[in-house]
Amino acid sequence: MGRNYYDSDHLRQFPKITELSEKLGSKFFDYYNSVFEGDELTAREKALIALAVSHTVQCPYCIDAYTEASLQHGVTEGGMMEAVHVACAIRGGASLVHGVQMMNQAKKAGM
Amino acid sequence: MNKVHSLISRDHSLADPETQLHIINQDTPLLCTLPRFEQMLEQTGLWPLRPAQIEILQINLGYMCNMTCKHCHVDAGPDRTEMMSRENLEACIDAIETSDIHTIDLTGGAPEMHPDFQWFVERISRPDRKIIVRSNLTILTTTQKYRAFPEFFKKHGLEVTCSLPFYNKYTTDRQRGEGTYDRSIEALKRLNDLGYGRPGTGLELNLVYNPAGAFLPPDQSELESEFKKNLREKHGVEFNQLFTITNLPISRYLEFLVMSGNLEEYMEKLVNAYNPAAAEGVMCRNTISVNWQGYLFDCDFNQMLAIPIDDNSATHIRDFDVYRLTERQIQVNQHCFGCTAGAGSSCGGATT
Repeated sequence: MGRNYYDSDHLRQFPKITELSEKLGSKFFDYYNSVFEGDELTAREKALIALAVSHTVQCPYCIDAYTEASLQHGVTEGGMMEAVHVACAIRGGASLVHGVQMMNQAKKAGM
Repeated sequence: MNKVHSLISRDHSLADPETQLHIINQDTPLLCTLPRFEQMLEQTGLWPLRPAQIEILQINLGYMCNMTCKHCHVDAGPDRTEMMSRENLEACIDAIETSDIHTIDLTGGAPEMHPDFQWFVERISRPDRKIIVRSNLTILTTTQKYRAFPEFFKKHGLEVTCSLPFYNKYTTDRQRGEGTYDRSIEALKRLNDLGYGRPGTGLELNLVYNPAGAFLPPDQSELESEFKKNLREKHGVEFNQLFTITNLPISRYLEFLVMSGNLEEYMEKLVNAYNPAAAEGVMCRNTISVNWQGYLFDCDFNQMLAIPIDDNSATHIRDFDVYRLTERQIQVNQHCFGCTAGAGSSCGGATT
């Protein structure tokens, strides 16, 4: 057995997750598949959200999967990069907004 | 952007149909382990695959084209000189006149480049017969002669089905060559001006999308809405339907898959997406393809792979016999997974 982390073949093996817990694994995949069906949001919009979130959670499997899903749904490469910037902006903004806490704490604690 | 040349002009090994079939069947250990297309048909009760009713005669007038698209399954290009002879065109006319076939689908190459294109259309044109011309659009912007073709299409009520891989310049030009998008839009506007794609004119203008990469097409109706919105807002262009077509792993698209390291994954994707409903509706069940030499094939893809039609059937257009053709067994191979993946794929788009 190899010692490589993030082997791209792991994505192909993902369904095997159910082997050790059939009930929970199957429930997860049923839920997962339902999430990506088009309803009030289209399947295309969901693929783009998933692509942005994939970058936030830095999951290489998800990035591969939802880059392809986005292409399949006709999203342009420029559109995909815009989605990545949305993820980046929220993530960066989330760090930066904590600066307010730092400023307030510094004001309180300082002389 | 690199200029693409036909596989034949490059003396490339993939110009040989046998090499193509060998590659998609057994080029790697993984490809050898994939289920066979006939096994999948058998599991879904469709083996041997038989025709339903033959409704469409797809005539490939020749492999010459003004373009050399990266994904072309015909390996067409300006250097290809194969053209149907007048004798074979006459045989096609006889076959059409003596059968109940109601739809004639003209393809190529660029079918407009056949010197007898107009003569042939005039001979087969009839109000109760549907004639489709598969146009690459850009040919209609080249010379004076071809610029006049849209009027000719209109005069004979031809349905124009044309390639436009995407509603933006970047993706379209990357797949089909620099300048393609702008010239395609110019041709579409010209067709719109004549009434094509406009409500109430009866002049059908359909677009064909095929993925610009190693992935499957999206939902046809969803993408059609996107195309309509974008082309209308950006260019005021209108059309009737969008057909999403899956790229089959043959010819220049196969070259792309091999060179980009995508072959295994793509074949696996096609196999995993096998849809029994799409298998039931494959176009080879209602279409017959004829090549420039007059030989009959189960489809344009089998034509390019030189997979002959069941020899219990008539094999040449001069011996055209709908009854015998309906009795034949359709020849399949691993490339057929392209027509049964997901929502299915045919010259008229998704099949489910």
